[in-house]
Amino acid sequence: MASVELTNVRKVYAGGVEAVKGVDIDIKDGALCVLVGPSGCGKSTLLRMIAGLESITDGTVKIDDKVVNDLGPAERDIAMVFQNYALYPHMKVYDNMAYGLRNRGMPKDQIDKRVREAAATLELAHLLERRPRELSGGQRQRVAMGRAIVRNPKVFLFDEPLSNLDAKLRGQMRVEIKNLQRQLGVTSVYVTHDQLEAMTLADILVVMNAGAVEQIGAPLDIYEKPASTFVASFIGAPPMNLIPVTAGESGLILRDGTRIGAEGLAVSDKDAVIGFRPEDLEVATGTESHIGGLLLDLKVLGVEPVGAESYVYGIIGGERVVVRVAGRSVSQPDDHLRVIIPGEKLHLFGGNGKRI
Amino acid sequence: MIQNNPIGRLIAHIILIVGILIVAFPIYYAFIASTQSLQDIMRPPLSLLPGGHFWENYTTALFGGIGRIGGVSVGRLLINSTIMALAIAVGKIIISILSAYAIVFFRFPGRMVFFWLIFITLMLPVEVRILPTYKVMVDLGLIDTYTGLTVPLMASATATLLFRQFFMTIPGELVEAARVDGAGPWRFFKDILLPLSKTNIAALFVILFIYGWTQYLWPLLMTNRNDMTTIVIGLRKMISFADADTEWHLVMVTCILAILPPILVVVLMQRWFVRGLVETEK
Repeated sequence: MASVELTNVRKVYAGGVEAVKGVDIDIKDGALCVLVGPSGCGKSTLLRMIAGLESITDGTVKIDDKVVNDLGPAERDIAMVFQNYALYPHMKVYDNMAYGLRNRGMPKDQIDKRVREAAATLELAHLLERRPRELSGGQRQRVAMGRAIVRNPKVFLFDEPLSNLDAKLRGQMRVEIKNLQRQLGVTSVYVTHDQLEAMTLADILVVMNAGAVEQIGAPLDIYEKPASTFVASFIGAPPMNLIPVTAGESGLILRDGTRIGAEGLAVSDKDAVIGFRPEDLEVATGTESHIGGLLLDLKVLGVEPVGAESYVYGIIGGERVVVRVAGRSVSQPDDHLRVIIPGEKLHLFGGNGKRI
Repeated sequence: MIQNNPIGRLIAHIILIVGILIVAFPIYYAFIASTQSLQDIMRPPLSLLPGGHFWENYTTALFGGIGRIGGVSVGRLLINSTIMALAIAVGKIIISILSAYAIVFFRFPGRMVFFWLIFITLMLPVEVRILPTYKVMVDLGLIDTYTGLTVPLMASATATLLFRQFFMTIPGELVEAARVDGAGPWRFFKDILLPLSKTNIAALFVILFIYGWTQYLWPLLMTNRNDMTTIVIGLRKMISFADADTEWHLVMVTCILAILPPILVVVLMQRWFVRGLVETEK
């Protein structure tokens, strides 16, 4: 039970590469914080710095209000679940889970109790005598989790733990991790590049890009109010549609020269980007008012039915966009549709990519 | 190359059997000779069936004492050779696994310098540095000692490189998991690295034991006393240029005895490391 506090944490590698550029994150006791971002954004480095596996160039890392910058991983009272599980291949499942406890000099009977408890929680009890190679991917994943929970640490660290599982199992494990974390109430930091995983797991979501934090917040807040075009395009699948515009005398000018009326839209930047989620478009029947919103012409390129919904791919003002339509779409390629984006669903970003 | 054509299989088997006969016959012949009396051996042609002197010849050689090498028994030579081969194999493995551990898992100043120093010794086998090494051994008074026989042959770049290659395949996450689990350098080595290296150690042990067993030049230089020499050198000393001086039946016994320990090591260790190979999977 502990809070994790990062203050202006930086990482500069020997070659001068700045992998993490001054990150401040405050994780409350018992919360699950997800670090999400594209590969190379520094999220794993940051996690490893919390773990103590990577030195901290600058700033402080506090666990339970105690600065741990100079402590080794074993002294920080953390447990980590690795991407490739990192199970000891020559040890039985039982020993894999017990190893960390033995190194801490815990009495045998207590170790046994803890391991069996953890195994019961994770439904591993019948596998304790097996070796890692005799287990399936999902089972190995559970053992890696078991190794973390027997320790009863202050903080769990997860480094893309589900990326080696197939899609179905991943969904299942995601729910389990979430439940387990809730049930144990252990503060957790979870790294992933999968925005769906990030959205569903996080209490606090941290979107990172190029070594810096782009936005911190509750997942749905971030979804509804992305702070930048980067966050907008990273969170949500399919991603938010972004259309660059130029503010003209009487409204907005799209890249292909189309002028659109934009009453009620205050765009002060000369170059701006308007964004809208694929599900926020409405097909105009001609009678709706679009005051405060935008009325646009969409040329259909293709339709992807996925069952419960369909994705209509098209072009607006020279930019490719995706529209999510409930059920089946009757649109055909080369159709022209009039679509309305309601004003309250519209996101506006300045020329620097920041939300206006 | 796997085919079910019976004629092809027959031909393949014939070729293999002929091959085995060609390889095995001299050994069989030596064994036959080792069971004959000296007179029978000296009177060709030699019978192809074992003679009646098996016990007599083997007990004489093992426990009696052989005139040509100053009355030392072959048993004593076997012990010498075993000590030398074991010491070299075990010593080399210990030294090289520790140095590879240092080079792969620790960052210390001069790490690459040490690596290259070890690497360079590959270019300096015993034969090349034999004179200075011999001088050092004489100065230290190590002639006719087990220390003198084994220590100069222990430093081994090949084994170090082999362990280094293996250690570098161990995933970084495993090392980090051990750190998070509170395993210090020594525990990591003992609990994780050593068990994972079992197969490599077994394979190296076989190779190095045979390397030590078959050493010729170094024991030849290092030993003057007959009771400190190895079986390979003893065998050489037992053969005189004059045929009549040589106790051929005892020479043959010594030959057979000299090849038994290496075969034993290969057979025993092979089972062990094949099992290891099947089990180990990362």
